[in-house]
Amino acid sequence: MSTLSRTKPMVGALRFGISYFFLVAVSLVFLTPLLWMISSSLQSLEGVFRVPFHWIPENLQWQNYRDAMTLIPFARYVLNTTVISIAIIAGGVFSSTLVAYGFSRFRFRGRDKLFGLCIATMMLPGQVTMIPLYVLFARLGWIDTYLPLIVPALFGSPFYIFLLRQFFLSIPYEYDEAALLDGASRFRIYWQIILPLARPAIATVVVFSFMGAWNDFFNPLIYINSFEKATLTLGLNSLKAQIIGAGQTQWHVLMAASVLVLIPNVLVFFLAQRQFIKGINVGGLRG
Amino acid sequence: MPHQQNKLFKDWQGYLYIMPWFIGFICFALGPIVVSFFMSFTRWSMLSSPQWIGLENYSEILLRDPLVGKSLWNTAYYVLFSVPLGIALSLGLALLLNQKLRGIGLFRTLFFLPSVTNLVAVSILWMWIFNPEFGLLNRALEWTGIEGPLWLQSETWSKPALILMSLWGIGGGMIIMLAALQGIPPELYEAADLDGAKRWRKFWHITAPMISPALFFNLIMNMIGSFQVFTQAFVMTASAGQGSEGAPNNSTLFFVLYLYKKAFQQFKMGYASALAWILFIIILLFTLLQFNLSRRWVYYEAGGRS
Repeated sequence: MSTLSRTKPMVGALRFGISYFFLVAVSLVFLTPLLWMISSSLQSLEGVFRVPFHWIPENLQWQNYRDAMTLIPFARYVLNTTVISIAIIAGGVFSSTLVAYGFSRFRFRGRDKLFGLCIATMMLPGQVTMIPLYVLFARLGWIDTYLPLIVPALFGSPFYIFLLRQFFLSIPYEYDEAALLDGASRFRIYWQIILPLARPAIATVVVFSFMGAWNDFFNPLIYINSFEKATLTLGLNSLKAQIIGAGQTQWHVLMAASVLVLIPNVLVFFLAQRQFIKGINVGGLRG
Repeated sequence: MPHQQNKLFKDWQGYLYIMPWFIGFICFALGPIVVSFFMSFTRWSMLSSPQWIGLENYSEILLRDPLVGKSLWNTAYYVLFSVPLGIALSLGLALLLNQKLRGIGLFRTLFFLPSVTNLVAVSILWMWIFNPEFGLLNRALEWTGIEGPLWLQSETWSKPALILMSLWGIGGGMIIMLAALQGIPPELYEAADLDGAKRWRKFWHITAPMISPALFFNLIMNMIGSFQVFTQAFVMTASAGQGSEGAPNNSTLFFVLYLYKKAFQQFKMGYASALAWILFIIILLFTLLQFNLSRRWVYYEAGGRS
């Protein structure tokens, strides 16, 4: 008895210690690349190539950030990306809520089959549709405009529809019934009851939509040609091509530019971590 | 209530609300799929009108084009390592995070952070990390006395480099696994404790079946995503400027990268459409295969093994 009561806390403490050891070790592995990026972004050209590397540079080279922002029209790209993102988020989220309302609050012939079709398109690899869409947008004269990036998003996205529908289904139908008895139209129920109650789910969808629009690379890559119309991600890639093609690679400037591009991501992540986790899990629990 | 249901059933207004999706589905999914199918039987540079050539694209792809085999092999290599390693690692991290410890939320945030970033910025960061002489990785290896490889500049190590990088961004899968672990009713473990079950037995007989649906979901999504690997390879491997993506010696020419080059650098739209259909069929076959295999190992609570 006495040995048991003495070993148990010891085993507990040991297990505790091992857990923290692994947690800290893995954290270091995950964090080091980011710290390396930030440290490099503040080095001089000699600093990034110094052996051994000094993690804290002697003189913090803040002008790397200024260089990164003048080598490409950075402010312009931020503006471009913001405009595109706002259009995609506003239009896409609004129509996704409409569609989710239709799929969750009405009964009509073929509803479940149509919803199944909507879910199935999530699995469709984009490569199958991208070439005809490119041809279509070229015919419409939309190449080198933002329309190919924005217009398809305005019709809602299957993942957001799925996520919102799941949430709408959890809202008691008695609310709708009471409102119907009071003579409210279905649209009014959507606007004044469902949407306000679904704020947490809408927040999740907005966060996902923002990340999708802000970080999209493929669509701007194929549709945008003009230097000044590029998005932030596209601009970062062209800065990379410009710097890597020219003699000794200015990694410090490239890292400064990468840090700048990542700042909104990290901010949104810390502000909306709960929404991320919720969204990922609603998607995952479907499995 | 039945009356209400019946009234709902006749509610044609529902069609009105799903209309945005339906129009989008016709214009941006179904229509393009049909067009893409026909395009795959043509030769078309977009400059002249398309020319019907029957199965010629497909016979070229399957029999004669050496880069198709190369890019399929590269993709298979990537999928074969990146998917199992990613799943094992995300499960391991989820198990590590599924403990009641002070500050565990902070660790979860740290592990999750790299996966919600910008892939182009992250790719540029890893180009620098993989720099043979001055990059973080080879500096660290040298510190332990190992001379690191050339990574992205080596035909042998370019794919392992991209796989290593993919493991840094497994946070999403980890979060799904963690939610599955936390969804297991504690009564199951308590009952097993009463029976005197050991840790491993509890893992195999309670944890494993209970998280198998999440594991399966991760497997499917990770696999579909890995078959379509593009951005990292496009950004990181164009060492000799535009058109050189997939270097060195096409060792990072993945299938979608090859498709992109055919469509948007060489404007062979018919050929690229045929490539897209081949990819679609491959992904579909592997997904169906996984669904079939899943009957043997995925446990769904409601109906037992189904």
